[in-house]
Amino acid sequence: MQQTATANYDEMYDADGAVRSAYGGYCEWYGEQDRDWLRKQHIEAERFFRRTGITFNVYGDDAGEERLIPFDMIPRIITAREWRKLSRGIEQRVRALNAFLSDLYHRQEIVRAGRLPLHVLRDNDAFLPQMIGLTPPGGVYTHIVGIDLVRTGPEEFMVLEDNARTPSGVSYMLENRETMMAMFPELFSRVPVRPVQDYPHRLARSLSASAPDCAAARPVVAVLTPGIYNSAYFEHAFLADQMGAELVEGSDLRVVDGRVAMRTTRGYEPIDVLYRRVDDDYLDPLTFKPGSVLGVPGIMDVYRAGRITIANAPGTGIADDKAIYSFMPEIVEFYTGEKPLLQNVPTWRCSEPESLRYVLDNLSELVVKEVHGSGGYGMLIGPTASRKEIAAFEKKLRARPTNYIAQPTLSLSTVPIFTKAGLAPRHVDLRPFVLVSPNGVEITPGGLTRVALKKGSLVVNSSQGGGTKDSWVLED
Amino acid sequence: MLGRSANGIYWMSRYLERAENCARLLDVGFRMALTRGDHAQEEEWRSVLVTIGQNEDFLQRNGDYTGPQVCNFILRDKDNPASVLRMIEYARTNARAVRTSITREVWEATNESWMLLREMLSRPPRESEMGAILSAIRRQAMLVRGAMEGSMLRNEVFNFSRIGTFVERADNTARILDVKYHVLLPSIAWVGSSLDNVQWETVLRSVAGDRAYRWLNAGGMDPRGIAEFLILDRRFPRSLVFCYEKIRSNMTGLALQYGGETEAHGLLRHAGARLHQLTIEAIFERGLHEFLTEFIGDTIRIGEAISADYRFIA
Repeated sequence: MQQTATANYDEMYDADGAVRSAYGGYCEWYGEQDRDWLRKQHIEAERFFRRTGITFNVYGDDAGEERLIPFDMIPRIITAREWRKLSRGIEQRVRALNAFLSDLYHRQEIVRAGRLPLHVLRDNDAFLPQMIGLTPPGGVYTHIVGIDLVRTGPEEFMVLEDNARTPSGVSYMLENRETMMAMFPELFSRVPVRPVQDYPHRLARSLSASAPDCAAARPVVAVLTPGIYNSAYFEHAFLADQMGAELVEGSDLRVVDGRVAMRTTRGYEPIDVLYRRVDDDYLDPLTFKPGSVLGVPGIMDVYRAGRITIANAPGTGIADDKAIYSFMPEIVEFYTGEKPLLQNVPTWRCSEPESLRYVLDNLSELVVKEVHGSGGYGMLIGPTASRKEIAAFEKKLRARPTNYIAQPTLSLSTVPIFTKAGLAPRHVDLRPFVLVSPNGVEITPGGLTRVALKKGSLVVNSSQGGGTKDSWVLED
Repeated sequence: MLGRSANGIYWMSRYLERAENCARLLDVGFRMALTRGDHAQEEEWRSVLVTIGQNEDFLQRNGDYTGPQVCNFILRDKDNPASVLRMIEYARTNARAVRTSITREVWEATNESWMLLREMLSRPPRESEMGAILSAIRRQAMLVRGAMEGSMLRNEVFNFSRIGTFVERADNTARILDVKYHVLLPSIAWVGSSLDNVQWETVLRSVAGDRAYRWLNAGGMDPRGIAEFLILDRRFPRSLVFCYEKIRSNMTGLALQYGGETEAHGLLRHAGARLHQLTIEAIFERGLHEFLTEFIGDTIRIGEAISADYRFIA
């Protein structure tokens, strides 16, 4: 195996080109494999994904054409020691997020204590006044969280983003592992990898544990999807199937006798826990967007009466807002009384005049993001942008500085991908998936590694040419 | 299960069955085109279109009946909302929507069928490809049915799927008979005419019954025997009686699981009893066409009652 020298931290090779310990077992196996056979497997993987229908729809593409997220067969490997450290940091952060949400919608102690400026809430569409004073069943706000991490050095993992609304991608984590095990079974008998396949079971258990008091002994869980044309429909169907839960659409649901019920072939049957993959705005046309047919008229009344669990709770979006993100170190400390174990990426809030000045002076070196944007859209990556693009962005930034934050361009770690010419390093991030219930916090070992397939690219989003890798956490 | 899922699985099975039946009809038309004169060809293509209810749509866009045009229209024409390709698409869309009610095997078989046929039907089929295309359609439909048979729980989901299959099949056999009924009328038929033999053979072939019929009748052919075979023979899997028997047993399955019968059960029992009491003599006496019209109407009403009783739609 050849290593191309890069300025950033490569997770497989050290600066001298020697294989790092995490990859020792894998590289030994890789070295023994026939190149042509590997190439064939590489092509076979795509066919496998197409047949199983693991696709996503891209908005704006021709007639909802389904596309595959490219899968790269070189795993991303994390040692047991690294993972222990990471998961402590993740758990701390997720606990803080939930405490923060509970506080925001109740007494707002953090604002009273002067640790979070009121305007960050007041001017924020993600803050839902309808949630004020409402305590969700079991007190849990974010039942499912995805924490996006990037790595810049041997011990340096940083949080790039918190996904507290409806983090997606977990089906890829599971199918990537399935695919790897189907293609390279002997690999898994040689390298001890912690399993991820029990995620759906854990999810079902975690959601059931969050059921309201009126729930049946075996709570009825349903997954609410916007429908088959949604970009993540495959995942909705996959998770419902794996959990043994019904996959429902808004048109299947209505409020009957004070409960949210689904139209079954036997009549309307109440639902205890709704894992919704529909945005807040569309959840209840009586409370939010009036025209929405994706949600359930009156569900918020049932929710207020404590007779259904909505996962994640409405209004959790405030916690993954980029304006809030910059306050996360304070938030973690405020609610846990501990120093944050996971660092934030340094962030300039363009709403603050001093920061704005700095950002404008250094646009060509910074990454500038919209506060409420997601999916890699509407951002500027200074170092790779043309002068014209920077000028255009500067105009937008000056017009609405409160709409932006800026971060340094990070030297993201790389992991090799498989190419026809051999292994080639590409930038990656990691999204571990976290489950929260009244019984505690569970973190699936690993998560979803997204990889920028274009050489040098830092954008890992699937909507913009990113791919995924199987992510391994090694057994002790 | 969700009413919407029951609806999805029911229609998924109907569309697959319909696609398969269309392929079989085309196959017969195609065979006729190879062996018969122009007039017989045209007549055959017309009756294929009439059988599947697409004659008027076809004539709106095409001048006359030629094999390539008819095949293209039925198989893949973008302007035809009921083309075979669309049906496979609908079947897949329904399968996707009920993904949690079907097994991975069934989903993969359906998805694979769609991928394969979409590719095969990406351009107007050449005559030399027709055989391969038509047999691929039949084979894929059988693959999905086989996956259901081999991997699905025998529960309500399976029942709804089977009911969809046999409602569609009963309707299809009845329509084929109805379009061709004049061929089978004793007054017109005179024994020994080679044209009639070919016509009868066509009817049998359209429901894949030619071999079975000959086997049972030692090679002899007569119109009354053919009609009896397609309507009343309990052994033939496309006869009207057979299809109703399958609908009945699956409806009984539903009644057992749900602890009671619905209006659809009543309708079915009524129509089924009438069918069982009939002899072929009585059918011809009353009029084959009249009988078939009533049968097709009964089947539609039963389908609608099932849809209402099991809350397919809000």
